[in-house]
Amino acid sequence: MSFGPHLFLALLEGTVSAFVLALTALGLSLVFGVMRVVNVAHGEFFMLGAVLAWWCASLVGGPPLLGFAVALIVAPLIVGGLALAADWLILRRIDYHPESTIVATIGLLYIIQQLVLTLYGPEARPVVPPIYFRIVFPWFGYSGYKLIVAGVSGLLIAGVWVAMAKTRLGLYMRATQLDREMAQAFGVPVRRVYATVFAVGAMLAAIAGVLVVPIQQAHYLMGLDPLLLSFIVVIIGGLGSLRGTLVAAFVVGLSDGVISVFFSPTLAKIVATLLVALVLVYKPSGLFGEEEP
Amino acid sequence: MRWRPGRVLALHLGVIAVLFAAQFFLPAYHHTNAARIMVLATYAIGYNVLLGYTGLLSLGHAMFFAAGLYGAGLPVYYLEIGALPAFALGMLSSLGLAIAFGLVALRAGGVSFLIVTLMFAQAFFLTTLYFNEFTMGDQGFILPERLRTLELGAVAFGLAEPAVKYNVALTVFAGCFLASLALIRSPIGRILVAIRENEARTRMLGYNTFAYKLLSLAVSATISGAAGATYALLFSYVGSSFASIHYSIYPLLWALLGGIGTTTGPLVGTALMFYLVDVSSGFTSSYLLVVGAVLVMLVLWFPKGIMGMVRTRWLTWLP
Repeated sequence: MSFGPHLFLALLEGTVSAFVLALTALGLSLVFGVMRVVNVAHGEFFMLGAVLAWWCASLVGGPPLLGFAVALIVAPLIVGGLALAADWLILRRIDYHPESTIVATIGLLYIIQQLVLTLYGPEARPVVPPIYFRIVFPWFGYSGYKLIVAGVSGLLIAGVWVAMAKTRLGLYMRATQLDREMAQAFGVPVRRVYATVFAVGAMLAAIAGVLVVPIQQAHYLMGLDPLLLSFIVVIIGGLGSLRGTLVAAFVVGLSDGVISVFFSPTLAKIVATLLVALVLVYKPSGLFGEEEP
Repeated sequence: MRWRPGRVLALHLGVIAVLFAAQFFLPAYHHTNAARIMVLATYAIGYNVLLGYTGLLSLGHAMFFAAGLYGAGLPVYYLEIGALPAFALGMLSSLGLAIAFGLVALRAGGVSFLIVTLMFAQAFFLTTLYFNEFTMGDQGFILPERLRTLELGAVAFGLAEPAVKYNVALTVFAGCFLASLALIRSPIGRILVAIRENEARTRMLGYNTFAYKLLSLAVSATISGAAGATYALLFSYVGSSFASIHYSIYPLLWALLGGIGTTTGPLVGTALMFYLVDVSSGFTSSYLLVVGAVLVMLVLWFPKGIMGMVRTRWLTWLP
């Protein structure tokens, strides 16, 4: 294959991973923006989504599409419920103190990961794609399912965007993000907003996990990579800026895709990290971030 | 709280004396464990300088530990240099990495700093995998016994010898233990604590907080690197698993459990956690579950850690 088609393939791969990354990072960014806490267990919610998708697919017989549809509903619900419980049992009790929350979510990361290891085992397990067709380009064929993943992710991102802009919950979230105390004084149920945001963030990661599992296989350690990439995206985009998160997800996703195809995935991740260093040196608050008060 | 130099010094020398005496009583299994605990506690001491006394939370200290490990291990393996220069090289590579890293990362404050530490450590980890021609990646390499000799003047000690191992570990531990005490009791240490309590106010008083934070990071990394170098030389295995994220979280856990901002906490936390993991891994392969549970419990119920509680309840003079 010559250079042109090769680059096209790299861009295609990059676009798909950029959409999935944007969906995952959006959850992290929402949680940080509204609650001002870093959720280190975010990647484990992604992993849980993938593992639950495998579980649903193997439990529900019949055509792969059915199990997948069930997973798309069940996995986010379970993960969202888990996030609500974590919020209620842990985060609320430490009053969302930034550093304690980080330590607590590291603890949560280990607990979820090791419970999955105990109950699900150390194997990587594949899930059959629910829809299988190939798009044939003159130079190579490409899995149509991957494009569907990108499309569904795009729709969900647009949905979150519209919800933030148009609904009452979105208004509450934006108000809490701007000024928690003032929002509370105006009757915004801040605690409930926090719990909801934490759950929604986790559910977005879980959906990303479900979507990705036919491409990637479910494994109990698969949460670390999306976590680190999401962190990179959120830092480059500017902590708390949704627009920045989306732009950065495409920059990181595409460059990751291109470098991974031409060089090695390990090198791609090293480069992405150094990119963050550069952004920090020249613009410590990120490309679209609010200035630190 | 009155500053009592006599008592504090007596306590620290006492801890070292007890550790020295312990080698004559401990059964073989615990003897080896104790040597390992002392090296890891040194790592926790380094971590505690940054978190406990400067208020900077790092999730990437594994890169400093691993820089010490590789900085000492690679030259011994390929160039067959002696233990003392290898130890110095390990510390220096950690120090160099810390300064380069600090100049970039300390520009980011608060939460960004923490995320940046996590990412750089991951980049370091991936780098050790990327150059697996030299580092042998995950598999790592073992330093042959003939290369692990400590030459002091005309006398040579084999580092594989249990008694030598124990006393070298103790020496490194004691050095870093006393150094951390000296640092926090010095005027510089007081400024670091002031940064921890209120950075903006410290800056307003005219201190260059960036320089002090960089200094704290450098000291913290050098101690961590010393621990890494000692680990490579004493326990002979050098592999990239020591650069992985777990080895960034362990010192956080040890320092938190023992009590951040206490000089004795890292040793207490490391020893307790070591045996907790040791016992629980007898029952289950997912012993990291214990790590997670302890972290959550610490945050919920014992944010001050063991020595922090001792200080609040009984011994208010504890440094």
